[in-house]
Amino acid sequence: MSKDNQILEEFTSKEYEHGWSVNYEADEAPVGLNEDIIRWISVKKEEPQWLLEWRLKAFKTWQSMTEPEWANVQYPKIDLQALKYYSAPKQKSKPKSLDELDPELLAIYERLGISLNEQKRLQGIAVDAVLDSVSVATTFKETLSKLGIVFCSFSEAVKEHPELVKKYLGSVVPITDNYYAALNSAVFSDGSFCYIPKGVRCPMELSTYFRINAANTGQFERTLIVAEDESYVSYLEGCTAPQRDENQLHAAVVEIYAGAHAEVKYSTVQNWFPGDKNGKGGIYNFVTKRGICAGDHSKISWTQVETGSAVTWKYPSCILKGDHSIGEFYSVAVTNNYQQADTGTKMIHIGKNTKSRIVSKGISAGKSQNSYRGQVQVMKRATNARNFSQCDSLLMGDRCGAHTFPYIDIHNPTAKVEHEATTSKIGEDQIFYCNQRGIATEDAVALIVNGYAKEVLNQLPMEFAVEAQKLLALTLEGSVG
Amino acid sequence: MLSIKNLHASIEGTPILRGINLEIKAGEVHAIMGPNGSGKSTLASVLAGREEYEVTEGAVLFQGKDLLEMAPEERAREGVFLAFQYPVEIPGVSSTNFLRTAVNQVREHRGLEALDAVKFLSLMKEKMKLVEIDQKLLSRALNEGFSGGEKKRNEIFQMAMLEPKLSILDETDSGLDIDALKVVSNGVNQLKSAENATIVVTHYQRLLDYIVPDYVHVLYKGQIVKSGTKDLALELEEKGYDWIKEEVESKAIV
Ligand SMILES: Nc1ncnc2c1ncn2[C@@H]1O[C@H](COP(=O)(O)OP(=O)(O)OP(=O)(O)O)[C@@H](O)[C@H]1O
Ligand SMILES: [Mg+2]
Repeated sequence: MSKDNQILEEFTSKEYEHGWSVNYEADEAPVGLNEDIIRWISVKKEEPQWLLEWRLKAFKTWQSMTEPEWANVQYPKIDLQALKYYSAPKQKSKPKSLDELDPELLAIYERLGISLNEQKRLQGIAVDAVLDSVSVATTFKETLSKLGIVFCSFSEAVKEHPELVKKYLGSVVPITDNYYAALNSAVFSDGSFCYIPKGVRCPMELSTYFRINAANTGQFERTLIVAEDESYVSYLEGCTAPQRDENQLHAAVVEIYAGAHAEVKYSTVQNWFPGDKNGKGGIYNFVTKRGICAGDHSKISWTQVETGSAVTWKYPSCILKGDHSIGEFYSVAVTNNYQQADTGTKMIHIGKNTKSRIVSKGISAGKSQNSYRGQVQVMKRATNARNFSQCDSLLMGDRCGAHTFPYIDIHNPTAKVEHEATTSKIGEDQIFYCNQRGIATEDAVALIVNGYAKEVLNQLPMEFAVEAQKLLALTLEGSVG
Repeated sequence: MLSIKNLHASIEGTPILRGINLEIKAGEVHAIMGPNGSGKSTLASVLAGREEYEVTEGAVLFQGKDLLEMAPEERAREGVFLAFQYPVEIPGVSSTNFLRTAVNQVREHRGLEALDAVKFLSLMKEKMKLVEIDQKLLSRALNEGFSGGEKKRNEIFQMAMLEPKLSILDETDSGLDIDALKVVSNGVNQLKSAENATIVVTHYQRLLDYIVPDYVHVLYKGQIVKSGTKDLALELEEKGYDWIKEEVESKAIV
């Protein structure tokens, strides 16, 4: 065994930090998946008839579909009939304000380092906290509503702004899109809704924090972001889950709509429980995220730091419909131990002079498998489309794998598409150089990896970037050193 | 300060160092010369703790402690500094960030508190003057795309920042232009004190005009075959290594 691998072997895996769970009284759906369960969810959420019908239609569509198998991931089939599709902490009465929120729930978020107390929070970030199937609190609602911005849980949006939800729900990710999106459309329970009116620049970061607590429950949240013409919003998403021996399913859908000259930045730091050192347990993260640059000169930018989950299947995409619209995808995906990630993006150029940029940095350690899968499609009408893709892989040790699957599909001769890919190994030389300056191996690896991922981390809002850097180091602590 | 006794080391089963003996006291400068492949960089690497090299025999004491027992980062924190013959590039990591991590880990080991950003930057400013290194270079990724000379200068800058007890400069002069050579040597001389010691590995007598050694050793086939004063370097410059090789071979025959 070479020295490199010895270094990798020497460190034992660091435990997942957010693996605890709490016991609270929950309101849960019975186990299983059928039309009655869907009706049960809809009644529970006091939904209008049109939404129930939409769910049932999605369910029918889903029944005719089969689970996709093209991704470069392997896992035992999930028994969807063995899951619960709704679980919510029982709250004595619906709290009218944050002050009335059950202290037990507040404590859960405090422990995760997310304060729901507006006074205590750094100004500049509003939070929607989603626990299992429901949103438990949203901060800064009043401040935002003065500007006409709607930021609330999805359920609340269905009640308060049905016309907006009806107009945009399923407009970017139709129910027929794919197996998991159809399933989500049938059983989704909650999520965040965000609406930025014309000409408004959202003055703070909006963020949703997803936490799975309940066992044997699938989490299916739905996020919808609508940015009207000339508006701007930066949106953050964070997630964690308790450490459990069985696998848990998370199948979310995120839809983004950007009007003319609007800009949406969507950042994710995904830290679902990845399973233990031996590959036991962990979240199956099968997510559909898509944005449409509907108006001219609009821009959607996805930034993701993927550190958790046992299996990740996720391709945040942009449909560049408006002329001069811009789509960006910045990703760092880290896999360690037995994690598997198949992630990337799709850039679909429809409008003229559209531009896309893809920067993907994969880091694999342990016995993990890390795949980049990206598609760049240039339609007939898309004169002068430009794409630049940079896909880098960093390997630690020789038992992990990195794979790149770029698909390029061009129907207009004026398109310029560039693809660059590199694979490197964390060098023993680099680690020794750091050691020789007094830096411990673990810190050396953190430095080297953060340097490697810098271009992506730089895209994150400051507070998140620091968090993401720590998370990268933590995920790899135990794999390399 | 440093006491090397009968040091043998091999790499992948091939013996490279074959019985090195060397005593270095605080305040001294020792020059090590010798033909290509004689084991100079190997000696430096073994002292710094590179694990590919297996020490098969001998002992090394550094300030009374067993150096060979220590992990590479411990040796560095105890005060061993190696200016690499071929410094490594670390993409995306700024020199500033790198050095701040290093300096603070070394300080922690020495029981000093960590430097905050302000104090660290003022220390950097002070040391930058010493080796006349450009701020711009330090805000770039560590050694990435640096010219050969820039890398060498950066090594000495790092040495100034870390304030080691024993500095080993492995061919720091190669790749430096004449002006840079003067600047770098001047920096090394200013860092010299009665408490620290320096080993300079070089092929050129010219460097020794600037960094004047107390002793000059010739390494050949993994052994120190001749030691002397600065005059030995001059003699080597004039005559090359053949006469030493002959001396060694004839002794071997006898
Ligand atoms: N992995 C290896 N396997 C076998 N021999 C090796 C290995 N690595 C280094 N060597 C040999 O060890 C010897 C000593 O190398 P070293 O780098 O110490 O020489 P040096 O004196 O520093 O030379 P230079 O003046 O060229 O820098 C060389 O002959 C080299 O080829
Ligand atoms: Mg050498």
